[in-house]
Amino acid sequence: MVALETQNLTLTYGESLIIDQLNLQIPKGKITVLIGSNGCGKSTLLRSMARLLKPKEGNILLDGQAIATTPTKEIAKRLAILPQSPTAPEGLTVQQLVKQGRYPHQNWLKQWTTEDEAMVNEALESTGMTELKDRAVDSLSGGQRQRAWIAMTLAQGTETILLDEPTTYLDMTHQVEVLDILFELNQTQKRTIIMVLHDLNLACRYADHIVALKDKTVYAQGHPTETITPDTVRAVFSMDAEIIPDPIYGTPMCIPYSRGRIGRKGGTQPHAHHVAISTAVGQFA
Amino acid sequence: MIKNLLGSTPLKLGGLFVCLVLLLAGLIGSVIFGVVDTSWHVAIDAYTQFDGSNEHIVIREVRVPRALIAGAVGASLAIAGALLQAMTRNPLADVGIFGINAGASFAIVFGAAVFAMNSLGEFTTLSFIGAALSGVLVYFLGALGREGITPLKLTLAGAAVTAMFSSFTHAILVTNEQALNDVLFWLAGSVAGRKLEMLTGVFPYMLLAWIVAFLMARPINTFMMGEDVAKGLGQRTVLVKALAGLLIVLLSACSVAVSGPIGFIGLVTPHLARYLIGSDTRWVLVYSGFLGAILLLFADILGRFIAMPGEVPIGVMTALMGAPFFIYVVRKGLVRA
Repeated sequence: MVALETQNLTLTYGESLIIDQLNLQIPKGKITVLIGSNGCGKSTLLRSMARLLKPKEGNILLDGQAIATTPTKEIAKRLAILPQSPTAPEGLTVQQLVKQGRYPHQNWLKQWTTEDEAMVNEALESTGMTELKDRAVDSLSGGQRQRAWIAMTLAQGTETILLDEPTTYLDMTHQVEVLDILFELNQTQKRTIIMVLHDLNLACRYADHIVALKDKTVYAQGHPTETITPDTVRAVFSMDAEIIPDPIYGTPMCIPYSRGRIGRKGGTQPHAHHVAISTAVGQFA
Repeated sequence: MIKNLLGSTPLKLGGLFVCLVLLLAGLIGSVIFGVVDTSWHVAIDAYTQFDGSNEHIVIREVRVPRALIAGAVGASLAIAGALLQAMTRNPLADVGIFGINAGASFAIVFGAAVFAMNSLGEFTTLSFIGAALSGVLVYFLGALGREGITPLKLTLAGAAVTAMFSSFTHAILVTNEQALNDVLFWLAGSVAGRKLEMLTGVFPYMLLAWIVAFLMARPINTFMMGEDVAKGLGQRTVLVKALAGLLIVLLSACSVAVSGPIGFIGLVTPHLARYLIGSDTRWVLVYSGFLGAILLLFADILGRFIAMPGEVPIGVMTALMGAPFFIYVVRKGLVRA
């Protein structure tokens, strides 16, 4: 089953071409993570799938229906987007923020209902924000703030949730905490989650499906164990790396080569075996 | 965390009642205090048992129009300011950034110099046209380019249009002394010496804008979460921006047409409102309306006493009150990057 699909999608920013003639299918009920180097267009692609950006050419289908011709409020009932580093108005409480998630379900006649109330409470509960619901969003820590925003997108009650770098500016603990919440939602409620992440190791741990972007199109996609290989990392990030199994979960883990320790006083040389590999790689390259 | 004075709904409603009392006190005070103090009974008599006396004529022709104009203009400027600060998410935004006052001033100076217009009635029409034109011009310039309207482009366009109209205005004034004499009192901003007809000419538009602004409060709350978030929630943000912009232009054009440019009310009042009741746009708009009317009425009454028997123009009064507040806001760091 396909949740989102792009057909010959071409995206531009001003004059420059960002995504060229892309055909991509995002599986339903799975966690999909978009990866790629800075400026490769992964955020742009995500934004266009959430209709925040008009494609230059091509179509985007949500459950087989073109989003360009669907009323925006109808889309908002099926697809939620959390943009990168959103900011709440000063003094807005967590509860007021989360209530905004019900916007697409309301109109002039149908104001606040018990269902709206229930959805808001559920969203607060599943992100662990119930205790903090009367606090001002701008008084919270980075991790709490991000959970509040995720609660808002949950209150929207959509099957598909898009998140643009939801872990940026968070420390390791809070990165894992946010991703655990999203994983839980995917497991228990079968929601489709599509996000942009920078941390390759966390991406591999949480993703069912990885989409690696390079040169305005998809370089590789599929399950992390098939997709994240030294070749992919070299092609997508222009970097040599070792891929080893994550000691806890067995998912691919990427250890980059660098010059960090070489030649530094008291520093250690890379393990002889690795040096051999990197030399070999250098010869093939 | 910012703690608001009036947190719960009953408190907010109670506060509204206090506002209503203050508003009535301001209106009554504006009618009975002045160079010649009169009384509350005489004011009623002027309408129920009009005897053609000087006192009655002053009340009906001078004091009552003045009180009503101060109230209506104060409310309109404050609501326009609240809308503007909400839409641009800029706490220092005032209706001045739309270049509206500059446009109105230019239209009046132009009319006085070129067509020898000098009555207040003509000035009202001229300033409305000038205000509306400059508002639309700024809006159009601010909407050019890829992302549509952004606060930054709007501010830049406003500054450019203000600079342009101001220099035109000064060019005319330095070459035409007669025009200078005719328009100087208008340029200072005042609610005195206006006829009630000037207000009734624009009041239907003001009232309409107040109502539409209140109806738009909920979409504006959503818009304030950031444009991408609002779009993601299914809002047609282009529509919200266009309508809010129209309301701001309409309210400030109506105000400047009646009273000339009056600064600071649109800047200060929304801050007071948010300080009292928080960030919910519905309440901010209602409180801004009341507080703006109250502030302008009291500023006007105060201006009659400071330089007795002369009067301090209300535009100067609001600047006297508003400038220290402006500095306070900046220093307190309420401004977000």
